[in-house]
Amino acid sequence: MKLEMGTGTALRNIIGRRFGHGWKRPFSTATCDVENQHSANANTNAKSINLYSAINQALHIALETDPRAFVFGEDVSFGGVFRCTTGLADRFGKTRVFNTPLCEQGIVGFGIGLAAMGNRAIAEIQFADYIYPAFDQIVNEAAKFRYRSGNQFNCGGLTIRAPYGAVGHGGHYHSQSPEAFFCHVPGIKVVIPRSPMQAKGLLLSCIRDPNPVVFFEPKWLYRLAVGEVPEHDYMLPLSEAEVIRKGSDITLVGWGAQLSIMEQACIDAEKDGISCELIDLKTLIPWDKETVEASVRKTGRVLISHEAPVTGGFGAEISASIVERCFLRLEAPVARVCGLDTPFPLVFEPFYMPTKNKILDTIKATVNY
Amino acid sequence: MRFLSESPSLHAHCYRVLDDNGQLIRHSNFIQVSEDIAVKMYSNMVTLQTLDTIFYEAQRQGRISFYVTTIGEEAINIASAAALTLDDFVFPQYREPGVLLWRGFTLQEFANQCFGNKADYGKGRQMPIHYGSNKHKYFTVSSTIATQIPHAVGAAYSLKMDKKDACAVTYFGDGGTSEGDFHAALNFAAVTEAPVIFICRNNGWAISTPTSDQFRSDGIAVRGQAYGVRSIRVDGNDVLAIYSAVHAARKMAVNEHRPILIEAVTYRVGHHSTSDDSTKYRPADEIEWWRMARDPVTRFRKWIESNGWWSSEAESQLRSSIRNQLLQAIQLAEKVEKPPVKDLFTDVYDDLPPNLREQEKLLRETINRHPKDYPADVPL
Repeated sequence: MKLEMGTGTALRNIIGRRFGHGWKRPFSTATCDVENQHSANANTNAKSINLYSAINQALHIALETDPRAFVFGEDVSFGGVFRCTTGLADRFGKTRVFNTPLCEQGIVGFGIGLAAMGNRAIAEIQFADYIYPAFDQIVNEAAKFRYRSGNQFNCGGLTIRAPYGAVGHGGHYHSQSPEAFFCHVPGIKVVIPRSPMQAKGLLLSCIRDPNPVVFFEPKWLYRLAVGEVPEHDYMLPLSEAEVIRKGSDITLVGWGAQLSIMEQACIDAEKDGISCELIDLKTLIPWDKETVEASVRKTGRVLISHEAPVTGGFGAEISASIVERCFLRLEAPVARVCGLDTPFPLVFEPFYMPTKNKILDTIKATVNY
Repeated sequence: MRFLSESPSLHAHCYRVLDDNGQLIRHSNFIQVSEDIAVKMYSNMVTLQTLDTIFYEAQRQGRISFYVTTIGEEAINIASAAALTLDDFVFPQYREPGVLLWRGFTLQEFANQCFGNKADYGKGRQMPIHYGSNKHKYFTVSSTIATQIPHAVGAAYSLKMDKKDACAVTYFGDGGTSEGDFHAALNFAAVTEAPVIFICRNNGWAISTPTSDQFRSDGIAVRGQAYGVRSIRVDGNDVLAIYSAVHAARKMAVNEHRPILIEAVTYRVGHHSTSDDSTKYRPADEIEWWRMARDPVTRFRKWIESNGWWSSEAESQLRSSIRNQLLQAIQLAEKVEKPPVKDLFTDVYDDLPPNLREQEKLLRETINRHPKDYPADVPL
């Protein structure tokens, strides 16, 4: 069955979600045709599914192709609070898919031991907001396991999945974007998908990568992002950023759910004659500096946007690196449009968030610098 | 309405086989140990003791940067190792080099790690005593307390899934049982029915913190029941008691797919490490009493001698032979060059990512410009 695609037209629903004062958060329409290039071949079967279903497919494939793969975490057995693990326990049995006690340090510590014995340990942390009890195990143990042993041991089979990011009503503890903490840890990889099709391929790559990986899933997109996802087993490369919209006046860099907001800003900016290039970083560490640098050399301007608070966010690393590499090419300061330096608020979420208009204003200010 | 008391009316019983004079306690039941095994255990304990004495001295002389002794805990180290099989996986804290010694790690290999030379399997990346050996199924030591305990549970689960005749074993001190990872691990082990043996060396001290500041439970063994884990308290300075308890624990762990908690009661005769002077927080005569009157090595020696399996000639021969081997190992290890600077960058990931390739390149340029800033014994 051929993958039907109108030129540049996504087959996704653009359903805004009303919140309070008419504030809308659509999701990415980005380049199906670019994504299509990554599909194995044009005759692939693909179905229109949402993000959690795509994750679910990846997990099914991971367990089906590797008898030493396991999925575990709080509430995964019945299908998980976001339905990402639906059907796994029934299909693969409760010795391979099982609930753990409510203890993140235990989930990750156990996962490290399982991975150290050559298994693929796919651990779920119910919300990224709750990953901190496992931070010691991730930073001091998983990230250093290979290095400290002189490569005698490794826990590369460990993948930690966690839903992250704003959801419209999550408040302090169901909305966090903690990626920056993990980007400061040599020895792990941090990967964030923007869409169902990306999520399935990236997650399979993370699971099969011989290094411990933290995979943040934009929970906002679990139901609302719908797209064509090939049904077969495919992997997308890690540490390769993707230009999802070509442009010449300014480079925008982002990841996850924020890309859809950035894309809306790009579309509006185009109406004012500003041509924006949009890059999905996908892997935050080790990140693809080359692709971003090549784009900035073309445009001379860069804007980074993420939901996490601006101070010490990963945008700071990208900014510093780009300035080091492209200083003389830059026509304007590197711009960051990010969350505020506050805990993630409930009623004030629309004010906290890096909205399309904040981005658009900053695009114009940067272009007119 | 009845509250469960915070403490049992009786302390948990402590299993013992040998009395303080190394004689069998009447009616004690234990697993018979052959002369070969007994003598091997004893020799390993003496070797461990001598290794500790000489390496401690080497640190004092400035030849190695740091050292941690196992003085007073030789029985736990050696007897537990002897009761396991080489198929079992070990997740140590850092006061269990005797387990690695029993499994065949050589004195030279110990010395290489302490000197961080290019023969160190850890490639010079960690402080001394952070041993690890995959061929001996002994996971690399990390300084972090108790983090290894949940690893052992995951590993044990893997062994169960693979239907192996093997278990995971993990060691930790009394202090380590206060960490969240201890609690997490025991709970996971019970729920996942993992074949793992938790061995707590309750040696009375976590650096300067006595157990009275560490917990108010009746030691560690009673905690097992709180998680649904079968447990036992053992005299940690009694070789035969440790041997029997670990042997029995292993059988239950492997055959019944259950975790077992063993509390080995002992005393940390040495300082916490070469960075510590324990006379600052405990009386010197207390240390001396445990060193002399309750030495597990002497106690076991009395037993093997009473069986006619040992003599003072054998003793002096062994000690001087080990001493010479150790001195040679140190001299050799000291001369071997360090690992090359490229090993600063390898193994962070399975492969070198671009940022590290770039950093290595820049570092080498810096080294060329300022060679005097860098140690001469690290090859470039």
